[in-house]
Amino acid sequence: MTRDYEPVLLANLGVPDSHRLDVYRSRGGYQAIEKALRQHTPEEVVELVVQSKLRGRGGAGFPCGMKWKFLPKDRTVTYLCVNADESEPGTFNNRILMENDPHQVLEGIMIAAYATRAQTAYIYIRYEYVRAHRILQQAIQEAYDAGLLGRNILGTEFSLDIYLHRGAGAYICGEETGLIESLEGKRGWPRTKPPYPAVEGVFRKPTVVNNVETLCCVKHILDRGVDWFLSIGVPADPNNPRDLGSYGPKLYCVSGHVNRPGCYELPLGVPCRELIEDYAGGVRNGKGVKAVIPGGLSMGFLRADELDTPLDFSSLQKVGCLGLGTAAVVVFDEDTSIVDILHRSCRFFAHESCGQCTPCREGTAWMYRILNRIRNGEAEPSDLEILLEIADSIGIIPGTTICGLADGAAWPVKTAVRKFREEFEEYIRTRKGVTVG
Amino acid sequence: MATIVVNGQEIQIPDGARMNLIEAARLAGVEIPHYCYHPGLSVVASCRMCLVEVGQRDADGNVRMLPKLVPACATPAQDGTVVVTNSEKVRSAEALVEELLLLDHPVDCPICDQAGECYLQDYYYKYGRRERRAPAEPFTSRRKDVGQFVTLFIDRCVMCSRCVRFTREVSGTGELAVVKRGNRAIIDVFPGQELNNPLSGNTVDICPVGALCSKPFLYKQRVWFLRTHRSICTLCATGCAVLVDQNMNRVYRLRPRFNPNANDWWMCDYGRFGFDFVYDPRRLLRPGTRGDDSEPSATDWEVVLESLATRVRRAAQEGKPVGVLLSPFLSCEDAYLACTWFREVAPAARFYLGPVPVEGEDERFPKRPLGAIGGGTESRPRFVISGEKCPNARGVRLVIEHFQERAQEVADFVADLDRDGAGFVYIAGGYPQPWGDELAGVLEKADYVVVHDLFPGPLTEKADLVLPMAVWFERAGSYVNRNGVLQCTERAVVPRGEARSVGRVMWSLLGRSGLYRAEDVLQELALAVPAFAPAGAISDYPEHGIPLQSVHVAAGEEPAEV
Repeated sequence: MTRDYEPVLLANLGVPDSHRLDVYRSRGGYQAIEKALRQHTPEEVVELVVQSKLRGRGGAGFPCGMKWKFLPKDRTVTYLCVNADESEPGTFNNRILMENDPHQVLEGIMIAAYATRAQTAYIYIRYEYVRAHRILQQAIQEAYDAGLLGRNILGTEFSLDIYLHRGAGAYICGEETGLIESLEGKRGWPRTKPPYPAVEGVFRKPTVVNNVETLCCVKHILDRGVDWFLSIGVPADPNNPRDLGSYGPKLYCVSGHVNRPGCYELPLGVPCRELIEDYAGGVRNGKGVKAVIPGGLSMGFLRADELDTPLDFSSLQKVGCLGLGTAAVVVFDEDTSIVDILHRSCRFFAHESCGQCTPCREGTAWMYRILNRIRNGEAEPSDLEILLEIADSIGIIPGTTICGLADGAAWPVKTAVRKFREEFEEYIRTRKGVTVG
Repeated sequence: MATIVVNGQEIQIPDGARMNLIEAARLAGVEIPHYCYHPGLSVVASCRMCLVEVGQRDADGNVRMLPKLVPACATPAQDGTVVVTNSEKVRSAEALVEELLLLDHPVDCPICDQAGECYLQDYYYKYGRRERRAPAEPFTSRRKDVGQFVTLFIDRCVMCSRCVRFTREVSGTGELAVVKRGNRAIIDVFPGQELNNPLSGNTVDICPVGALCSKPFLYKQRVWFLRTHRSICTLCATGCAVLVDQNMNRVYRLRPRFNPNANDWWMCDYGRFGFDFVYDPRRLLRPGTRGDDSEPSATDWEVVLESLATRVRRAAQEGKPVGVLLSPFLSCEDAYLACTWFREVAPAARFYLGPVPVEGEDERFPKRPLGAIGGGTESRPRFVISGEKCPNARGVRLVIEHFQERAQEVADFVADLDRDGAGFVYIAGGYPQPWGDELAGVLEKADYVVVHDLFPGPLTEKADLVLPMAVWFERAGSYVNRNGVLQCTERAVVPRGEARSVGRVMWSLLGRSGLYRAEDVLQELALAVPAFAPAGAISDYPEHGIPLQSVHVAAGEEPAEV
């Protein structure tokens, strides 16, 4: 089914000088914004996106059109924030889009700004994305020079300024309110919600925060129509009114122990096994799979017997994962120690916890310490219970933190310990008294 | 009225009260533990100690509970809100937060000033698990001096960020910040800065644990030995409501007490740490008389009061002027009894208001109002340190104006004395430092001078009789602050040495029976002086004071801001 899928988001990948405006235009670029400006009112664009059932690609999968509709009707100023702080371990699709097809990103931003009546857009780009920053800045300049940004774009009433803002290297600034705080020049501490950014965001004004990939999808929805978008992916389960479906293309980032790691554009819902076997060339050295992170580290782990799970917004929860996340698939072969993976995971989240909420600040650090003790042969099997208790009680899902970082820290722990319990117990038993570096 | 259900108990809160669930539950007598929430600061909901289960009751009485725990501090109490604070889920969340906060806490309670009034301690006993599950890792106990009055015990901090928000939102000086991330995060001052704003001591009060400690108070007392008394600060006209903490008759600490009519939750460092003068070794402690050229000699109160009364009567009989100068450091009761007695024995006595010390302008906070980015600018200051450095200019003036048409000033005193001389002069001081250079010269013209004061100075040198005065926390009394609010104080300690308040001295001179009780005098004052009528017939004085409506009119001023 997915064999004959023609890439859309990555259509310009590999085209020489694909980052240049003239190349982008020669391949049909900036027609979608032209269409939006000349044929649609902003409300109609919002309606199109609502109808397309596009869900945010940044991790949470929140319906994009609904987010736009949350903006207060009587607003005078609106800001658009583009989340390019792609920090989820294993994820690199935003980088590929920005480095190879920056004008596609800008066009998506322009359409979203038009739809939400934003006259200012901030692209919050991850500090480490030096190349993407340079290319995007050049593209913005090109667009200004061509009259595609600034006042009265394409001779219409629509005006837009785009500012490229570099983060300072914190994972938490990918959380939308952490991003907003950081953009305002403050410490990147997520805000308590409500108020949501749609009501009170950047500089306390109504704000929309969208991921780069989401906005690129918007461009194609304008280009190709809602029906095209709805024809791709997994339809909503008619028996489950809460299922919003998984429509459209998705960029899957495959990394880890595979033969062909990379970013693959496929319809949502591709089974994990198909992605690994058919696209990423299977596991390196012909080995078996031990575990797979299906959607970025914070989504948790799949076991080898769960690889037929479709990678869409609803299926992963059925096998205990947090969700699709960023669809960054990391594959571990059978020789990898799950304890080592979880140790690194806990270290990452303990390091990146912003320190605001007690459960996350101390809980992530405690989990990391327990993993250290396990690796140092100092742990008891009962420590696994403590580990699970902490993991089960931190995060926005139990309601104990402001943002989802703690959920992301907890899910790898929960899934790893529950799905690989025997290996943990074996490790603790055999490591007792053995010291490792 | 909105109906809230707290642990099954229904309570009513007034419409438009804008309460969060912590405050609403408190009305129901239910404590919701919290660290980061403070009513005077913005809500961040980060400590997660106040997590509760919340639901909504509909018109039919059906309750729908939210599946998640929510922070009570950030949840408004609305009609039909159902709060559960004692469920297993809430209890285990509280226990987890306590356990987490104690993971790296040094637990150095035996040497921590906060022990005994520490929320980490109290909540641990109330809500914590009994045993520690995490192995005790080696901990550090770092200390850093962050300012003149404040020291930081870095590792005791629970990261509630109250102090940081205080410096941003109330003092507006922003010296403090959170640095580093995750469980390495600590509070610190910005590089090159010190926490030296005039409100810095408040960060010690609002710190729920022993992280920020007061340097003047450090290691002076275990707090469970301290006895606390309601009082006010008398070093400026703001008249901050305070708590005076004393042990064995020695005051160790002043802390602000909430009063929306004066100071909200705050007080300034000048007032907080400025009571050292009380224990100055130079303070007058015994009555003394002086012969013509000799030093004042120590003598007995009974003797001096006898001779004082005799002198006043003689001056009155001889038809010589009697001048009474009452300082704005006196309480209303002091002034009232003094005027009453002098009017009785010397009907022609003239009353003067002592010098009202003013140092510069009022100091308003926040220094840099919030809102450079985003926030709304606050036009109304959050706190004011008055330039007028005395507690009761309004009160004393009101009392004097009851006894004579106009409360005359120091200049009148000097002029009258210079012109007419006097048979008797009584000067009641109470200024925290020696004063009265402008009066000293003219005292030569008086036959007999009594100075009732704290310190030897130019006036006591000229005095025939020197009486030691009790300071404000050595006496009970009431004071009218810049906003025209009458606040009553309790006596916290007995006066040093043989010092006595003006009120007590006048009570004896009036020959009244029983002990001098300021409350009774205030009742008498309220009946006698219309401006004080609102203070009448009140048996238990309201903690937030009594606004005297007429004060602004009487003093001819615009109402001042809080």
